[in-house]
Amino acid sequence: MRIRLASVVKTFNTFRAVRGVSLDIPSGELVALLGPSGSGKTTILRLVAGLEFVDSGEIYFNEENATDIPVRDRGVGFVFQNYALFPHMTVAENIGFGMKVSAVKRSRAQIQERVRELLGITQLDGLDERFPAQLSGGQRQRVALARALAVDPRVLLLDEPFGALDANVRHDLRRWLRGLHEELGITTLFVTHDQEEALDLADRVVILDKGHIIQDGTPEDVTRRPVSAFAMQFLGDVNKFGAIVTDGIAALEHGVTVAASGVRNGPAEVYVRPADLQWSAEAPGLPAHILRVMSRPGSRRIVARTDSGETVEIDVDQDHPAATGDAGYLRIARATVFAADR
Amino acid sequence: MSGPGRRVPLTGDNPAFRRALIGFVLVVSAIVIVAPLVAIFAQAFSLGVDVFAKTVGDPDTQHAILLTVVTALIVVPVNTVFGLAAAWAITKFDFPGRRFLLVLIEIPFSISPIVAGVAYLFVYGLQGLLGPTLQDAEIKVIFALPGIVLASMFVTAPFVARELIPLMQAQGRDLEEAATSLGAGGWRTFLSVTVPNVRWALLYGVVLCNARVMGEFGAVSIVSGSIRGQTNTLPLHVELLYHDYNTVGAFAAASVLTVVAIVTLVAKLLIERRGAGRSPQAVSPADQPALIKRAA
Repeated sequence: MRIRLASVVKTFNTFRAVRGVSLDIPSGELVALLGPSGSGKTTILRLVAGLEFVDSGEIYFNEENATDIPVRDRGVGFVFQNYALFPHMTVAENIGFGMKVSAVKRSRAQIQERVRELLGITQLDGLDERFPAQLSGGQRQRVALARALAVDPRVLLLDEPFGALDANVRHDLRRWLRGLHEELGITTLFVTHDQEEALDLADRVVILDKGHIIQDGTPEDVTRRPVSAFAMQFLGDVNKFGAIVTDGIAALEHGVTVAASGVRNGPAEVYVRPADLQWSAEAPGLPAHILRVMSRPGSRRIVARTDSGETVEIDVDQDHPAATGDAGYLRIARATVFAADR
Repeated sequence: MSGPGRRVPLTGDNPAFRRALIGFVLVVSAIVIVAPLVAIFAQAFSLGVDVFAKTVGDPDTQHAILLTVVTALIVVPVNTVFGLAAAWAITKFDFPGRRFLLVLIEIPFSISPIVAGVAYLFVYGLQGLLGPTLQDAEIKVIFALPGIVLASMFVTAPFVARELIPLMQAQGRDLEEAATSLGAGGWRTFLSVTVPNVRWALLYGVVLCNARVMGEFGAVSIVSGSIRGQTNTLPLHVELLYHDYNTVGAFAAASVLTVVAIVTLVAKLLIERRGAGRSPQAVSPADQPALIKRAA
């Protein structure tokens, strides 16, 4: 089902959580709402669910205005950040709860059959008699998902779905959830503060800051063509250099220049990903010396300080001979330039 | 740091001090708590079981027991509903005056029960605000069951709410939101999600409330008038018997109250144990990376 938000505004007391957000999510898409805490991403999710109501603006489910439909009639499946499993019910009872309270009457056998089916989909077979306290984090997460899916939701909403899990479990669940989405095709919206998670899982990433949408695009759009310094910084590690733009050329110190077409003349900021910086023993480049070298699987990361006192990070090949104390030069292979705020 | 072999000495951690402290506590407990309890039963049975049975079987005592039970049967359910409603309202909704309500509920704890009794007398008594109106309508509040019930309700109003509020605050609104998002109505959510998750605290509050209702003296003594066989509750009856120089009778009646107290205490311990057993258990790490295992 298609979800459309039109100029949605939400204020809590004096805190303006969402400041005029418009968003159009085609049916069947998997969309990430990505932003730091306080960016309004969870509030948007709760507004779509009907757990909060907008101050102004509208929310449409297909052509139906869902703005004032209460949560219990909205037909959404919501997975809470801490799962909010009912601790006094078994896994099977948790999953069956929505069907039991539904206006659509189902027989006990029908409910049992559907619960069994969902246990299979979520790979929880055999755990139906356990209580939530007896499950691991990843299992609880899948119970929460099964419970949300049991009511045949038109939209699936997940609040920080992997926030409380360890890195390994998180990675597996991410792949699994993507597979499940492709199988079921339910329009899905999830909230995360983890850019890797958003880029990994979503068809489309919506970057939010202070209640505004900063950028809305495919993972490729947002990573290759960030529209602002915020988007650039939020999507991963980045080095920042001061520069002056003159007619499409940004001039850094020591005669280093990078292309800056379309950027207005005057002071600017040059952003470079660690992988887009190169370390060279010889000039030309920005002179720097190495403070520390970190080993990573498949690469090394150099932490260096330029002669003008800025700390930068550079990713190099794992066989690169750089060592602490070396002096050398930084070359910029690819950069994004934004005019400095005035 | 402090392995079994190498104990780091803590303040006051020497055998003489430990023994003295434990001894002091035991002796004081014996004098202050155990001795009076023993005395009650010793006195109650001092003239034999027959006299005890006769005193407890006395119509006035029987009536006092009945009145106390009837009062509890009215007050405890009312205050349970009130406590649930108050805790629900305070913890699950935001509204102006929420903090004020929280303080207001606690007032009966900090006010002397006798003040409550006098206040009721002032409102419902013959010379009180509503007295003449009530008399015209032939409704007797003071020196009758309604007065006793009202005074008891005032004194025990906070018991259930106070047990529930911290727990429900800690639990937050997530579970209710989850139930609602799954299509459950408000009543359904309350009965199948909220109540089961606070049931031990609720029961604990009810037990304490009941104990206090049955034992309440101060507020009730003002509004009941202590009319033998009519408006005399068990605690008031104990006092009356004692003033009659019927020591055995007084102690026999008191022993009934004491038994109620002991039953309450046992119930409280059992509930605490059950309640503790139901708190979130440690997650077994054995099946943590289930997906990895499956993949392997």
